[in-house]
Amino acid sequence: MDAALIPEGAKRCSFPKFMLGIAIVGAVLLWGVYAMLLCWFKGLNQTNMNDYYGFALWIWADLAVIAVGGGAFFTGLLKYIFKIDELKNIINFAVIIGFICYSSALLILAIDIGQPLRGWFIFWHANVHSMLTEVAFCLSCYFAVLTIEFIPNILENRQLNKVPFFHHLAHNMHGVMAIFAATGAFLSFFHQGSLGGVAGVMYGRPFAFREGLLIWPWSFFLFTWSAAAFGPCFTLLVTRITETVTGKKLVKDNVVHLLAKISGWMIFTYMIAKIIDTWYWAYYTAPGLGFELSHFYTSNGFYGYWILVAEVIVCGVIPGLLLINKSTRENPTFRLIAIVLAVIGVCINRWVMVLQIMAVPVMPFDTWALYIPSWQEVATTILPVAYGIILIAVAYRYLPVFPQELELNRLPEARES
Amino acid sequence: MIHDKKAHKYGMVIDLDKCTGCGTCAVSCMSENNVPFKEDESDKKDSITWMRVYRLTNNRPFPDTEVAFLPRPCQHCGGKGDHGHSPCVSVCPATATDYGYDTGIVSQIYTRCFGCRYCMAACPYHARYFNWWDPVWPEGMEKYLSPNVSPRMRGVVEKCSFCYHRYQLAREKAYANGSDEIPEADYQTACTTACPAGAIVFGDLNNPSHKVHQIVKPDPHPDPLNPDVVGKSRNPKVFRLLERLGTNPKVYYMSEREWVRKLGDHYLDGEWDKVKNVYGSASHE
Repeated sequence: MDAALIPEGAKRCSFPKFMLGIAIVGAVLLWGVYAMLLCWFKGLNQTNMNDYYGFALWIWADLAVIAVGGGAFFTGLLKYIFKIDELKNIINFAVIIGFICYSSALLILAIDIGQPLRGWFIFWHANVHSMLTEVAFCLSCYFAVLTIEFIPNILENRQLNKVPFFHHLAHNMHGVMAIFAATGAFLSFFHQGSLGGVAGVMYGRPFAFREGLLIWPWSFFLFTWSAAAFGPCFTLLVTRITETVTGKKLVKDNVVHLLAKISGWMIFTYMIAKIIDTWYWAYYTAPGLGFELSHFYTSNGFYGYWILVAEVIVCGVIPGLLLINKSTRENPTFRLIAIVLAVIGVCINRWVMVLQIMAVPVMPFDTWALYIPSWQEVATTILPVAYGIILIAVAYRYLPVFPQELELNRLPEARES
Repeated sequence: MIHDKKAHKYGMVIDLDKCTGCGTCAVSCMSENNVPFKEDESDKKDSITWMRVYRLTNNRPFPDTEVAFLPRPCQHCGGKGDHGHSPCVSVCPATATDYGYDTGIVSQIYTRCFGCRYCMAACPYHARYFNWWDPVWPEGMEKYLSPNVSPRMRGVVEKCSFCYHRYQLAREKAYANGSDEIPEADYQTACTTACPAGAIVFGDLNNPSHKVHQIVKPDPHPDPLNPDVVGKSRNPKVFRLLERLGTNPKVYYMSEREWVRKLGDHYLDGEWDKVKNVYGSASHE
């Protein structure tokens, strides 16, 4: 039915089968949309947030998708600025994942604010001292950049590409993409960083507060670094999932190994910085304010030292080591374990930097506050996942996302080249 | 036109030895400021209580058990170095909360707040509250709302304003009288006037003739051990909540009881005795 839209030579499942899959995921999406409308029309009383948990599941999801979406800017930087040409075989997909992540982040923010119709006040009445202002400006601008980066891929659709204007536009946009990649990297440095700064500048919250350089707390730099480090792992993970679902090899191993290697070294160096930061905070910053490390990890039913070990060692140092070591990196099982752990690790980091901050009591006579999200929060958090699956499915079906797909699937033996 | 010769710095001191925990301050605050309430107020984590009374205990077994009550309004922090960059003011992305350099009062502009709640996350005192619901008053009760304070809508943050409308009225009165001085008695918060025990004293911390200044005796110089801390009390019985963070609140507390004062902040093992010796009565009397 839609054969004319499918890239030439590419094999896709039948249209009814495709639509069945879309319908199933679409049902989940509609569930999320229903919850979203409840939040918009009835207010945030639909959530289990409260005055202790002003930031909760959504802000974590927001930070997490932006972190894992960091693969787009970092891969773009490597491809267009550092001229690592092999990455051209995965850059389209990295951009699509980034586009999904950032559009999801903006949607989540639109649900999360108490007065969505006033959302533009953040630009109009901007407070230059606020990290959130920096987030809003850089996030919006970078989403525009991602859209620009995505457009040429859309225009390469078999039918659209027949229109001479679209054909030339796509060609010329590819030609100037380095400018957008550089702009994207610049903007990402600041919005990833300012998301870290959101927590780090809260000097009233010793669990979050970090000293730093000039106006930027150390968490600013750690967030940028971690997004660049862990983002490519998410790109690789989604690529792997797409390969499993489609039953096809889509990216050559040498490209995967290269991105995994770069990610591994970024994770390893990030973890060194993270451990130094944690050590300095635990032994100097927090005690200087009267807090012992145990204050943050004991006397409650959930947050123990385990979360620190899980984030830093199990899902930080270990995947870093697995990916910088050639034999484990090139072993599909170890590589998969490493990228899954890495993605979990960065999500734990964002969880800690949002939810644990809210949970830790600050006044000496206050108590720990734990929170369980409502179904509306869960549904609206799953909503972007469903939206992402649908967008990837549509993009994969109708756009030449993976330049090596035809070669790899026409000549199976070429996979090993 | 009134030209203030010196900026005011309104603040209060609450005598925790006088406070009985009766909650009159909280009730008068809600009434004065049109604070909405829920049909079911059993979950305090989403109740709006500009003035919340905490119960403190010395955690000793009977018969040595002691209890104190700590009323907690917004602390109207001056921020690190007392430069006006309060934890909440500095983070608000839409400048919906502001620091009044002429009064020291941290304001909240309800019509500009878009409900991101970053200020709530940044406030260590939990003094900021979100309107999770539209405000609804029982039928007839809306006639008793104060005409001087605008009710807030769903989806915005609100907090104690040190009854700013009373400041505005006092300022207008002074203007009408041709004076540029606001008499101490003309500007008093609702909680101060309502407290049956007289535990709350409110006034201008910068004005030596005001009682609050005489009790607190604020040190205009930065704390030598922590330059972020300014306005530390030179009265050994007076303390501020979480003073070490450098938030520089303008709400002070007073108690004769050492365990109560110690509960005002966090101290590592052995630090309290050191602090007592450096900042205790010996150095300030």
